[in-house]
Amino acid sequence: MTLSTDSSSRGAARIFSGLLEARTGQILSESRAWRMETALKPVMRANGVADMDELATRLLGNRDPRLEEEVVNALLNNESSFFRDLQIFDMINRHILPSFAERRERVLRIWSAGCSTGQEVYSLAIQLRNDAARWRGWRIEILATDISTAAIDQARSGIFSQMDVQRGLAVGDLIKWFEPAGDNWRASPELRRMIDFRTDNLFEPKAPSGDYDLLLCRNVLLYFTPERRQEVFRLMTRHSHDRSVLLLGAGETVIGHSDDFIPHPEFRGGYGRRPEAAHNSEGIRRAV
Amino acid sequence: MKNCLVVDDSKVIRKVARHILESLDLTVSEAVDGQDALTQCEAAAPDVVLLDWNMPVMSGMEFLQALSTAKVSARPKIIFCTTENGISHIKAAVEAGADEYVMKPFDRETLESKLSIVGVI
Repeated sequence: MTLSTDSSSRGAARIFSGLLEARTGQILSESRAWRMETALKPVMRANGVADMDELATRLLGNRDPRLEEEVVNALLNNESSFFRDLQIFDMINRHILPSFAERRERVLRIWSAGCSTGQEVYSLAIQLRNDAARWRGWRIEILATDISTAAIDQARSGIFSQMDVQRGLAVGDLIKWFEPAGDNWRASPELRRMIDFRTDNLFEPKAPSGDYDLLLCRNVLLYFTPERRQEVFRLMTRHSHDRSVLLLGAGETVIGHSDDFIPHPEFRGGYGRRPEAAHNSEGIRRAV
Repeated sequence: MKNCLVVDDSKVIRKVARHILESLDLTVSEAVDGQDALTQCEAAAPDVVLLDWNMPVMSGMEFLQALSTAKVSARPKIIFCTTENGISHIKAAVEAGADEYVMKPFDRETLESKLSIVGVI
């Protein structure tokens, strides 16, 4: 269904876009804007609202934080899948993680910024657990943040639909790390315990602390303006160290947005922090 | 171009699978049951078999067992594709030698993902 083109609905669409940008920094691209009405249908149905104009009126008139959050959650793109971009996960498993395993301090810290419904970090947790011998005796900390409360709630529950677990997840991992939950599948308690899921805003960050060895911010930056992207990279700089690896989504780049990161000399598609990059936050140092 | 043998007694499922698989640049042949599939594999082994569980004449599991002793030029990858969605069935299929498992209903993304995992695309 396409967005109505009459001026009142265009006005409503502008209100929703403005709310999304104010709350998350995300810009609705043309390709997402035309799906706005479809995305908001469940919210309208749940709140007994007839159309987008009435929803906009109610948002402006009532200042209802719950309704605002429902609208924002509905407009966010929470598309994700297990082991999305297999070659990236192959590189993480075969090269990036082992490079950290060689060092003396037995602590591994990972941050997935914009983790959506959790498939990416569960994939990482599966890789780490499948390589348990290598990581025996290590403290592994995985922080996973997203602006969407709905996405984080789902991620934390570890419950995925039959369709979800068939996208990217090998059957061996399904059997080993998931259990049936009605018509759905639930990640094992062992996997769920590994990940600290938090609702957090990249522009008002509260969850990240100290430096992370591996930072994933994949398929997130494409929704932001160039200025916002620079802000995200500054945040990544503050929470990384000279040997950290930053991974972005396909088609996303640091080029033109940050001088602190450069293409990683060993890990194709990854970025390393420039040695002289300023550690420009007070008191944030490796916490381990 | 790699070949996929779709084994299913449902004409509709074979048609849907063919449509998706051809869009993924695979050539497709069809079999209506396990026996038909075995005959075709012995004549010319496909790269991958998309295999239903419950079929007349010879089931998917019976086909898998028969394939292990059949004279085939190269063992194809086996992807079960079935409405048997319980974990006991999935485990049994993997133990019997299936490389992957698709729970019906499926879509293009699911098939693409599974074919990628087994290294066919």
